[in-house]
Amino acid sequence: MIQAYTWSAIIVVVLASSAGDVLLSHAMKQIGDLGALWQRTNLFHVAGRILNTPQFLLGIACMTVAFYSLMFALSWADVSLVGPAAAALTFIANAVAAKIFLHEKVDKRRWIAALLVAAGVVLLAG
Amino acid sequence: MTFRKYLVLAGVAVSAAIGDSLLARGMKQIGSVSLQNLAHIILAILNPWVALGILFLLCFFASYMTALSWADLTYVLPATSLSYVLLALIAKFFLHEQVSVTRWAGIALISAGVGFVTRGPELTHVECNAEPRSVSEGEMVGAGKHSGLKR
Repeated sequence: MIQAYTWSAIIVVVLASSAGDVLLSHAMKQIGDLGALWQRTNLFHVAGRILNTPQFLLGIACMTVAFYSLMFALSWADVSLVGPAAAALTFIANAVAAKIFLHEKVDKRRWIAALLVAAGVVLLAG
Repeated sequence: MTFRKYLVLAGVAVSAAIGDSLLARGMKQIGSVSLQNLAHIILAILNPWVALGILFLLCFFASYMTALSWADLTYVLPATSLSYVLLALIAKFFLHEQVSVTRWAGIALISAGVGFVTRGPELTHVECNAEPRSVSEGEMVGAGKHSGLKR
């Protein structure tokens, strides 16, 4: 039973955090290079710009769901299972989501990198 | 990619690894959280290890947002995955856990993935495509304050 709980929590983590990552990435691309923005204005302006972007706030909401779901999973199972399982699946989900929703050019190099990292993360659990 | 940008990526990886290990330590102290007492998990923030972990994760978040402002999501994620390697090293040297052969293999795979995505002209080409768009958008906002108000 605990195992079913753990895996449901992991699935929630994967879906919520890839949705969050896509939203956050979209928000930051709208805002543009933070370093350049900071040079022209100041810290408060940069923070205000970020907090005024709806996608950013939505992304934070998704990340909050993912965070608490991860906390639940961590309290039910070892970090060595939950961490890698959630991370590996999130890498693959993110590559797919970035291609579909952000229209990023996910070429062979990036697919191989995502798969290598996902496989490596799984091995880390061993 | 400038040296400062690599520093930001390193900041993402290091603060994520430290934050996660602090959180893991704190949650182990708190023990199993049940669905019945949700207050328990909210009060978890009061545990000093969890609090410090959250502080590190805030640093992680700031550098992660900075990285996402000038690089693709599918670039930033693999490039900062060295945090898993750091996490394993922290487990070995600070928590005195055994790092098995499979774990070292995992570390090698992740490092290979990082090397793959951060090297090569294809990437710089993609970076160059992505940058002018975001810079010009940022410039627009800086030039006319009205554009910010209109939104």
